[in-house]
This record gives sequence, structure tokens and C-alpha cells, in this order.
Amino acid sequence: MKKKFSLGLTIQYGFAIFFMLLFSLPLLFMISSSFKDPQAIFADVKSWRAFFPVGDVNFDQYLGVFDRLPLWQFLFNSIFISAVVVLLGLFVNSLAGYAIARLKFKGQNIILVGLIATLVIPFETIAMPLLVLVNSLPRVGFENGSFELTTGWLNTYLVQIAPFIAWGFSIFLFVQYFKTIPKELDEAALIDGASFFSIYWRIIVPLAGPAFATSAILSFLAIWNAYLWPVMVVQTEALRTVQVGLDYFWASTSEEGTQWGEIMAYSTLITVPIIIVFVIFQRSFVASVASSGVKG
Amino acid sequence: MVSLNNLNRKLLGQSLKSRSARAGFLFVFPAVSMMLLFLVTPVILAFSLGFTNAKFASPTEPSFIGIENFTEMLSLGQVSVEADPNDENVAYDNLRTYTKPSNASPYAGMQILSESYSADGTQANFTVAGDALFWKSLFNTLVFAAVIAPLQGGLALALALLINSKIRGKVFFRTVYFIPVVTSMVVVSILWIFFYQKDGLANVILDALIPGFEPVSFLTSPDLALPAIIFMSAWQAVGFHMIIWLAGLQTIPAELYEAARVDGANSWQQFRAVTWPGLRTTFVFVLIIISIQAMGVFTQINVMTQGGPLDSTTTFVFHIFREGFRKNDIGYSSALAIVFFVIVVTISAIQRRLTRDKD
Amino acid sequence: MIKTTRVLLAASLAGVLAITGCAPATNTGEPVKVSMWSHAAGNDQEIATVKEAITDFNASQTSYEVVLEEFPQESYNDSIAAAAASNSLPCIIDVDGPIMPNWAWSGYMQPLQISSTLEESLIAGAKGYYNGELYSAGAWDAALGMLVRKSTLEKVGARIPTVSEPWTLAEFDGLLKAVDATGDYDYAIDWGNGWTGEWYPYAYSPIMQSFGGDLINRDTFESADGAINSDKSVAFGNWFGSTFAKGYANAAQTGDRTEFIAGTIGIQYNGNWAVKDALEALGDDLLIVPPPNFGSGPKIGAGSWQFGVSSTCENAEGANQFIEFILQDKYIVAFANRIGLIPATAAAAAEVPNYAPGGPFAIFVELSNQFSVLRPPTPAYLKISTIYEKAVADIINGANAKQALDAAADEIDADLADNKFYK
Repeated sequence: MKKKFSLGLTIQYGFAIFFMLLFSLPLLFMISSSFKDPQAIFADVKSWRAFFPVGDVNFDQYLGVFDRLPLWQFLFNSIFISAVVVLLGLFVNSLAGYAIARLKFKGQNIILVGLIATLVIPFETIAMPLLVLVNSLPRVGFENGSFELTTGWLNTYLVQIAPFIAWGFSIFLFVQYFKTIPKELDEAALIDGASFFSIYWRIIVPLAGPAFATSAILSFLAIWNAYLWPVMVVQTEALRTVQVGLDYFWASTSEEGTQWGEIMAYSTLITVPIIIVFVIFQRSFVASVASSGVKG
Repeated sequence: MVSLNNLNRKLLGQSLKSRSARAGFLFVFPAVSMMLLFLVTPVILAFSLGFTNAKFASPTEPSFIGIENFTEMLSLGQVSVEADPNDENVAYDNLRTYTKPSNASPYAGMQILSESYSADGTQANFTVAGDALFWKSLFNTLVFAAVIAPLQGGLALALALLINSKIRGKVFFRTVYFIPVVTSMVVVSILWIFFYQKDGLANVILDALIPGFEPVSFLTSPDLALPAIIFMSAWQAVGFHMIIWLAGLQTIPAELYEAARVDGANSWQQFRAVTWPGLRTTFVFVLIIISIQAMGVFTQINVMTQGGPLDSTTTFVFHIFREGFRKNDIGYSSALAIVFFVIVVTISAIQRRLTRDKD
Repeated sequence: MIKTTRVLLAASLAGVLAITGCAPATNTGEPVKVSMWSHAAGNDQEIATVKEAITDFNASQTSYEVVLEEFPQESYNDSIAAAAASNSLPCIIDVDGPIMPNWAWSGYMQPLQISSTLEESLIAGAKGYYNGELYSAGAWDAALGMLVRKSTLEKVGARIPTVSEPWTLAEFDGLLKAVDATGDYDYAIDWGNGWTGEWYPYAYSPIMQSFGGDLINRDTFESADGAINSDKSVAFGNWFGSTFAKGYANAAQTGDRTEFIAGTIGIQYNGNWAVKDALEALGDDLLIVPPPNFGSGPKIGAGSWQFGVSSTCENAEGANQFIEFILQDKYIVAFANRIGLIPATAAAAAEVPNYAPGGPFAIFVELSNQFSVLRPPTPAYLKISTIYEKAVADIINGANAKQALDAAADEIDADLADNKFYK
């Protein structure tokens, strides 16, 4: 019995390690390559050397990245935009999710069906009309020391934030999750005279950690990785985000050519911070998933 | 609890209902109004363009053309022509007398979708289409979705079970499995371009595993490019679905497993009797999410293959994108988007119906 | 599209929202700001010269101040399209030569008003005309050639071709075969097919023209049928595809193109911008030779990035002044020295050591003068480019050349009819 048990466990470890390699090797390749010259990258990709920072290891590619573009500015823009979208989005979407999942009002079902329908719309198909739309929206601008009403949202943080706060997928997640929280909890609170908002804020939100974590991670990634929209609405380097920054390295028909080494360094620079944030964040993310199991 | 519930309803009655209606409206208002402005309005605009011949960046005024975009998109025809078994060009030249745009023929301007030959090679049957890429991209997208749903969903479940078992270092493994999810698809695609080269790592590994393996260049092979992209896409997203399965697994009460063990159930029987039924809601959720994501596959195609080789990786959204953004044919691109929308909503509805029976 | 969406929007928003225009720049005393976009973000050398010219221009007079925004080339055209759709184009733009007629036709651009002396001094490949008017002018042109090692040719016993006596098709075919047979190289030739986009028509349509074919019927610009799918174009397609089918070239090439310098490729088809690295690595062994004569004489593409003025520019005078300013020989020389491209005037070329007669790159001036052909100067080119890229990519991947080029002809003709022949 005991022997059989450990055999099974050995197989499990075998699989666990196999998958660990499968999922980490491409990123090890990226990081290792970021310390190599392009020629070395192309030579090493033919062997296991690809995954290790071996050979002529140097920081040239990183120096090249810092020379080529204002990295800190791009990073700040991406972090700021993603953070604001996530925070406002969590509030707006969970509030809507709460209403749809637990309150009764007219048009509730139509809204839910409509939300699910919005999930299948590829952004590429609405980008152009949306551009024309935001360009004709009014905005309060701060210019020459005074506030004034102007038209057009191009070249602002606002235009990179506002359209993405409300998100059907996030609302859908919250609806699904809120439905699993026992109804008795809010009914008891209602009898105590609590308002619907305080039920949402004091009872539902604290119980919905996993839904918030999942929604936060997904919307963060969606905004962080956005490419087409920033290309269309940002016409100044000061507001550009990290994904558009990748374009700075593709220059096929020019003297310098495509900078594969710098692409690896830049990819590392924009990926590793998120991985670190995730690794820190995932303890509470997964802990809340686990705690939901106990309560559900 | 139960009696309290009844009491609630009696006590709170009408006023609660109207309070609930007011709060409900108020709470959905911010989200719904933003979505109406930033999503529904552009969608209506985009969809109405589907009935016009609008071109982006054209000084010509667009005009309403009814369903012409759709008839062109969906038109299909069958043409049989004489062929010469010794000269492959004969059949094509004969077909060309029908499909050449300047010729008077119901098939003028249509493109070859598929061809087959009679047994003796003297007759060729062509299927022609107004937009062959529409059908090819639809087919490619459905293949992508049909393969990736079980592959990614199943692998994610396997990983979740592995993580949920008794092994040590769960947190570590779970984190590593999730890392591709937080990596941008553009970056992931660039990395895998290297692996899929003829002298890249995929071939090195396959060569080590399979004796006598002939190295191939995955992304330039019409047969292998789509499978290669499917595998990479599953690799990228599987960690996310693993987490969802994990959340589902942890909602299954431990007592159920204990009861099953007392009944003498082995691991497989436990899975069948306890785990799988307990994961039903999760299953539906994972299936629908994977399908919707799969139908919209675009980024990796744009970075890795541009729809090639020989259209083998042109997906529906990539087709929409190329027609709209690269060829500026906004009207036709919008018509494609409408059809895409209808198809995905239909598939989602069917999935919901099929998986709803036991709820 | 812009107009439709506007109309639909206006209807749906019921006039609540005003539609914007450019802010008028009336000013006294302070210099008037003239906005300029460059496609060269990330390209240090090119952008440095642009910045130098701007600084000097702003210091040289008090009426105008040019303000630069940088965009990466990869998404520059998308940014311009989005800016046009939202009525936010800058005053001065740069534009890839063959795309210019489309932008002019779309109403993005207005004709240039620069001195005729300057106009005449520029080489043909640095000027863009549409409907008989000059819309764009640039500081350089690019040229393509064949890079090969002298030692490779000696080994297979091939002769060194010259501008007056380039390789013939038969010779070149034999050369590829011989180079392949040495077994010294992974592939005999690197066509650069790992690069995508505009490179395809830029690099390969001149070869098709050298076979006697063309992208479109250039008499009327109203039909591609009989041009892109003519027997001669198909002959090009068959031959070009065969270089991949026979294993002389790699259909699965990546975008790096360092293999030639590394010695695993025999011959490389590339632009003058790539020569500096090769020259440093190979020294005297490097030969730059003209592309083969495939029947109608050697041909290479002309037309690179140029400057233009947007149609919504309210300070066109300032914009034109700046374009005249940056096209002074001083800056043309700086561009050529830094980014290795062919100077746009003969006077500037004489001042650039590499391009001066006898210089290592001088052959490119000769190639450019003798063999360069413009991609069809028609607004339809934007579509032709995309359609042709796909056709050639299909041919590289083994598609039947006749069928691929017929399909391209059909698609181009349908597009021409759709757009009322871009009249």
C-alpha cells in the first residue's frame, strides 16, 4: 500500500516538473536572450543553450532599450492607466453585478443577455467608430492656467481609460459569483434596516475576494496588453504605453534592422514586473479562492 | 432561517420591491450607461456600415447597398469542367473561362474554394465562392475552437487536479503554470516564432523524442501552422483555466470524498462520482469562455503568420481586420463582423442549451 | 468611412456634441507652432538629423516653430489614418513614396510649394508626383542590389557582373544551382522574404518587371488584368517560386538576415542600408552587384520616405519653408552619412564619402540612376501592395503562380471598380 502510494506520487511529481519546464522554458529563453547579442540568440536557439545566459553575457541590449525609448515614461503610463481602469472597473462592474444577481428590477434579464452578447464583439470591429465618437466628446481641459471646455479626447489618459471601465466580462463574473453567496445574508441585513448599498459594501464585497481578484487580474492584463487603441488615440510620446513601445524595435528596412536582442530585453522589462506583482498578489488571490471553497 | 425568510417577505412586501427596483437601476446605471456610450453606439455604427459600400479614407461618399455585401460573402457555386490528367493547368484554364471577372458568367469574379477530380482525371469539379477566404477563415476558426476547447480545458483540469493533490510545492508549481497568462500574447508569439523554426527548439525536442524525426518549419507548413498556433495558444491560456477549475474543485466538500472512500471508491471512481458532478457549473463556465476567446483569435495570427501559409491560419477576426484595416473596406468588413457576431452568439446559445439540462 | 460615421454619429448624438476642427493659430509676436510627425521613433540616427534641422530652423527665423512628435514606423500609417479620421493630422508629415498618391487622393495632403530650383535638383526617386503636382519630397532614396562574396563566385567559377553586363536569367539560375551544390551554405540565396509588408512589392515587383511583367496596366491605371497575371508576370512567379521549391531559398526565413554575414547564405538580395555591416565584416571579399537582367533589363524599386504637408495644415507656408530647409544639402549629407541611404541631390552625393565617385557605395547611385522603377503612382497602390504581398507569399509557399496572380488581378480589378477607378 505504502509503496504504491509513493509510486503514484512520483508520477505526479514527474508531471508537475514536466509542466513546470513546459511553462517556464519560453520565458527563460526570453530572459536569457536579453543578455545576449542577436547573433548569439540565433545561434543558441538551436540548442539548450537558448535557455541559459551563457556565452558572451552582457547588458548591451538593456542599454540599447533605454537609449531607444523613454522606458520609465511608458511604464508609468501603462501602470497608471491599468490601475485606474482596474480600480474604477472593480467598483462599477461589481455594483452592476450585485444589482443583476441579487436585486429585482425591470429589464434585468435583458441587461444580462445584452452583457453576454457584448462579450463576443471583437474590439477591432468597433475601433474606428469609437475613435470618431471619442473625438467628438466634450472634455474639460486645463490649458494656460485655466480650465476650459474643449472637444475631443485624443491624447489624454482619459481616452485610454474611460471606454474600458465598464466591461461585460467582469460584470458577468461578478453575477456568477454573487449568485453563490447565500441569500439569507442580505435578507437578514435588510430586516436590520440596512440599505442595499451597505449590503453590497459590507456583506457582498468582503465575501467576493476571488471574483475581485480574477476580475482585477484579467482587466489589468487586457489594458496592459492593449495595442490597437493606443496606436489610434495617442499622438504624443508622453502618453504612449509599453505595448506600443515594442514597435520601436521593428525596423526591418533600415540601417539598424530589427533589434531582436533589444526586443528580448524590452519584453523582459515589461513582463517581469507583472510576474513579480502576480507572484506577490497571487497568495491572496489564491487564498481567497481557497477560502471561498470553505464557505461555499 | 426558513421561517425568517417567510417573515421577510411578509414584512417587507411592496416597499422593498420598489426600493429594490430603484437601487437596482441606480447600481447598473454607471456600467450600463458607459457601455451604451462606448460599446453599443460604436457597434450600431459599425453594423449599419455593413449595409453600405463605405471605404475608409475615401473621398467618395458611401452609399447604401442593401444586402449586397452579404450576398457576395455567402455566394457559392459548383462548376464542372474538362480536365487533362497530364496537364494540371487545363482544368484551371477551363474554369477561368467562367470565373474571369470580365466574362459573362454567373461565376464571374468568384474564387476557388476547393477542387476535386473524377477517377480518370478527365473532369474537374470546382467549388467557387464570392469570398473564398470567408469560408476558409470560418473553417479555420471552427477547427481552432473545436480543438482548443477540449485540449485547453482538459489540460487545465489535469493541472488543477495535480495542484489539488498531495504534492509539495503547490504554490510554486501553480505560479509557474500561471506565468504565461500574465505574459503579453505579442511577446509570447515572438518567442514561439523562434521555437517553431526549422532549427528551433521544437524540432530539437521532437528529434530527441522521436527517432528519425525530420525537422520541419512549423509556421510555413500549411498542414502544421494551425496546429502549432493552437498548441501555443493553449500553452498561453491554460493557467487561467486551471485557476478556475481549482476554484471549482475547492467548492466540493471534503465529506463527499470521505464518504466515497468509505464506500471503497478508487481515485477514478471518486473522480466520476464526486469531482466531475461537483464541477458542472465550472465546466459550463470554462467551456463558454474558451469558446468565445477561441472564436476571437487574432493577435497570435497577426504576429506569427499573417494568415498564411496559403490561408491555412486565416481566422475570422483576422479576415475582418485585414478587410477593414489593411484594405480599408469598412463596409464589407462590418458585414463580416455582423455574420461573426451571429455565429458566435448562436454557438454560445447552443452550448448553454446543451449544458443546461441538469441545472 | 469618415463621412459616413460622422453622418451616423451626428444623427445618433442629435447634435448634442459639436464636431471639432483644428484650433486656429492666430498669433502675434510669438512664433506660430507648426506640428510635424516623423515615422522614425526608435531610429536614433535618422531622428537625430531631423531634430538638428528643426533646432536650426527654429533658430533661423522667428515666424514659425516646428514641433516634432515621433512615431514608430511599424504603426505610423495606422496613426496617420486614425488622425485623418479624427481630423487631427499635424502640419508636416512624412510618407512612404508609393503610398503618397493614396494619401493625396484621400485628401490627407496638399501639394508642396517649394522652389523649382530645389525641385529640379532632387533625384527622381526622392520626389512624389500625383496628378502632375509635387506632393512629397525627400532627402534620400534607397536602392537594392545583390550582395555576394568574391570568394563564392570564384569557387563556382561565375563571372562578376557589371552594371553594363549584369547576369542573365540563365546565368543566375546556373549560379544558384552551383552555389547550392557546393554544400557550403544552408541556402544559396536570401531574398529577404522574412520581412513582411511593403518590402514584398518594393523588392519583388521590380524583379517581375525585369521579367517583363508589371503590377498594373500603367497606360490607364484602370486594370491589373493582363499585367500582374500576364505570361511574363506568371513566368516570374514560376521562377521565383522555384527558387524556394528547389531549396535554393528558405521559405521559412526569419526577419534577422544575419546569415549572409555569418556565412551560411551564398547571395543576399538587400538594400544599401544593409551594406555597412556586411562591408565591416567581409571587407574586400564583399561584392555589390546589380540584380540580374531577367529579360527586360535589371530593375530595382525607387521611392522612399519623403516629407509632405497635410491638407488641414493652416500654416502651410511655414511647413513648406521647413521642408525646403531640411532639404538643404547639409542635412541630406547628414542623413546619408548617418543612415547610409542615397543622397537626394548630386551635389550632396559628392560630399558623402561612401557615395562619392569611387566610394564603396557609389554603385548604388549608378543602380538607382539606371535601373530604378517607381511602384505604380496610383491611389490604388495601397491595395495593390497588400494584395501583391499575399500573392507572392502564397507563391513562396508553393501556390500555383498563375492561379495566385489571377486571383490578385481579380481582386485588384474589383477594388478599382469599387472605387470608381480612384478618379
